[in-house]
Amino acid sequence: MYAGSAHWVMAMQRTGAQIIWECLVHEGVSTVFGYPGGAILPAYDAMLDYPVKHVLVRHEQGASHMADGYARAGGGVGVCMATSGPGATNLVTGIATAMMDSVPMVCLTGQVPSKLIGYDAFQETDITGITLPITKHSYLVTRVEDIMPAMKEAFVLAKSGRPGPVLVDITKDAQQAKIDWAWDPSPVKLRGYRPKLTVPQSEISTAIDLLSKSKRPVILAGQGILHSGAMKEVRQFAERINAPVAMTLLGLGGFPASHPLHIGMMGMHGESWVNHAIQEADLLIALGMRFDDRVTGNIKTYAVNAKKIHIDIDPSEINKNVQADAAIVADLREALKDLLDVVKPANHEPWLSYIASMKGTSAVHDIQSLPDNGHLYAPHVINDIWRITEGKAIVVTDVGQHQMWEAQYYHHETPRTLITSGGLGTMGFGLPAAIGAKMARPDAEVWAIVGDGGFQMTQAELSTAAQEGVKVNVAVINNGYLGMVRQWQEFFYDRRYAATPLRSPDFVKIAEAHGLLGLRAEKRPEVLDVVQRARQAEGTVLIDFRVEQEDSVYPMVPAGADLDAMIRRPQQPSVLVETGADPI
Amino acid sequence: MHHTLVALVEDKPGVLNRVASLFRRRAFNIESLTVGRTDVPGISRMTMVIDSDQVSADRVTAYLYKLVNVLQVEDLREVPAVARDLALVKVAVAGHDRAHLLRVVDETRAHIVDSGEQTMTLEITGEPPHVDAVISRLEPLGIVEMVRTGQVAMRRGDTTLSAAQYS
Repeated sequence: MYAGSAHWVMAMQRTGAQIIWECLVHEGVSTVFGYPGGAILPAYDAMLDYPVKHVLVRHEQGASHMADGYARAGGGVGVCMATSGPGATNLVTGIATAMMDSVPMVCLTGQVPSKLIGYDAFQETDITGITLPITKHSYLVTRVEDIMPAMKEAFVLAKSGRPGPVLVDITKDAQQAKIDWAWDPSPVKLRGYRPKLTVPQSEISTAIDLLSKSKRPVILAGQGILHSGAMKEVRQFAERINAPVAMTLLGLGGFPASHPLHIGMMGMHGESWVNHAIQEADLLIALGMRFDDRVTGNIKTYAVNAKKIHIDIDPSEINKNVQADAAIVADLREALKDLLDVVKPANHEPWLSYIASMKGTSAVHDIQSLPDNGHLYAPHVINDIWRITEGKAIVVTDVGQHQMWEAQYYHHETPRTLITSGGLGTMGFGLPAAIGAKMARPDAEVWAIVGDGGFQMTQAELSTAAQEGVKVNVAVINNGYLGMVRQWQEFFYDRRYAATPLRSPDFVKIAEAHGLLGLRAEKRPEVLDVVQRARQAEGTVLIDFRVEQEDSVYPMVPAGADLDAMIRRPQQPSVLVETGADPI
Repeated sequence: MHHTLVALVEDKPGVLNRVASLFRRRAFNIESLTVGRTDVPGISRMTMVIDSDQVSADRVTAYLYKLVNVLQVEDLREVPAVARDLALVKVAVAGHDRAHLLRVVDETRAHIVDSGEQTMTLEITGEPPHVDAVISRLEPLGIVEMVRTGQVAMRRGDTTLSAAQYS
């Protein structure tokens, strides 16, 4: 039995393995995603005595993505666990994904006994070395006494400042050793770690000055809004200064899509009027975003006439890609509160009308506006899922065309309703992250929108979903290609489709083999029915949407091109070309 | 442009690796990197010389601060500083005019720290340009082995980058 209470007065004998779980319980962890093995066996043995749910994945990559989805959906810290060697290295993709997208995660790995470290022991790998550049921090713990301090620090580091993954690698002998132990409730002190939380007032005055002079401001809303919980403040700020709000991919949900000042997503597959507005702006107000190359296009020609106010909690993001005229290194919510204290209301109606007028020709380019030609297009599917779920589902995507279509056609009103691998662009992320998201938010309707390529990378996690009885609706946007790569080949490689045609198994049968419901839709009128059936069915459901094979995501700013140099959707759909894909 | 960055770091396993990995990962070139103890147990001091513009030096500083074990960073380009480099140079003695060699040693303020039948080992300490200059004067004599410590540096005047504040 778990004997934990808030704070123990008396020390008790505990093994390192027990201390791991004591710490997790004290940190409020209720779910851990993992896979057992030799070097982590003591911890797994101790697990049975603690009130923490363990989700057995089918591959450790799934564990790290589930912990990631869990953290992003629930707002807490995701925890994953693996053994040494291959168990640890299999976590790597998920750790790198979390690092790029600033996701708070604690990754626990078993390590070979300390006396064997350095001797190439069975399943030994230098996981702290391997993950050094892709973790916020890491620990190699070789002594039982060091487990609690490392665990406590790991949680503080993972969730504070700019969040990120922290790895704690614990040797088997440290897990097995016993000490007199009591939970130390004192706060963690890290003398070299001081996230800047006070708002620099001189920069606030500079920002106010820039705001007062601006006639064409654009707010760039990033994921920092979600991290700092600044939705209300962003909204007040945007309304006060009457400025349009452009979203980054990871920022979607941080500002309501239905708000009149919301103009849409920016960047490579952003809305054309948004990119034009940024290029013509005289002031960019960047809120918790980092001017990623997918957002700026050619950095030399990016918003050259605009002054930049950059608010970010990470000082290393300031002046990294774009020179800031006012740099506010602080928690976004606090910075906005300070700005709201002093910023004067403004009216930018002419600018807003001008941006709205740029939408004029865009509607005719929209696939939604094209007459039904008997084919099913991915945007139709995603737009229908949005309509049917009333925009209230948590949508987890994989990476590729469907991901961009999701961003364009599923309109997010609230934070943490889009979970997607933005920075690293990790195919295979979707299904496991969706399982994690559902575990964090069992009350929410969760959809995994994935491509036929990415889905097959982590398809085995369907077994996990089945075993756990988790309900995730999986929409496979199946076009028989690695679609985004195919699109690049179409645009930039003279349609030479090297290694992109993809033969897939019968996904319906795959679902059925797992004891899950599998559905299929091939025409637009069938979408509504399968989506509704999926929502009503118990347990995880997979829908195979057989969509147009050669459709592309528009608009598109080619990599490195000027942000306003976009490839637009032809008004007639491109000619359909049958590939050799099997008619399943 | 050379920047000399000084960092106080916690003396923990892997710290040097973390710092070196940062330079590699962000593609900054290190001209020299030295690390050693300070007056405070548990705190080490690194001196890094990088060839970069001011913006890159500021970025390096910001990235260094992201490392949890890095306590404080100072860019000495911005302030008056004392810098020293030390070289040990083994030069060939055979076939040379010994008097000439000793004159060079004397003029360059080098010290003879060891001498053998075939070679003589000199120690040169000073500002890095001084060490460079002495080495180029020794080159015609025939350098057979050389090692340099890399630069260490400290602010001039009474302002300190004190490790004691972290003890």
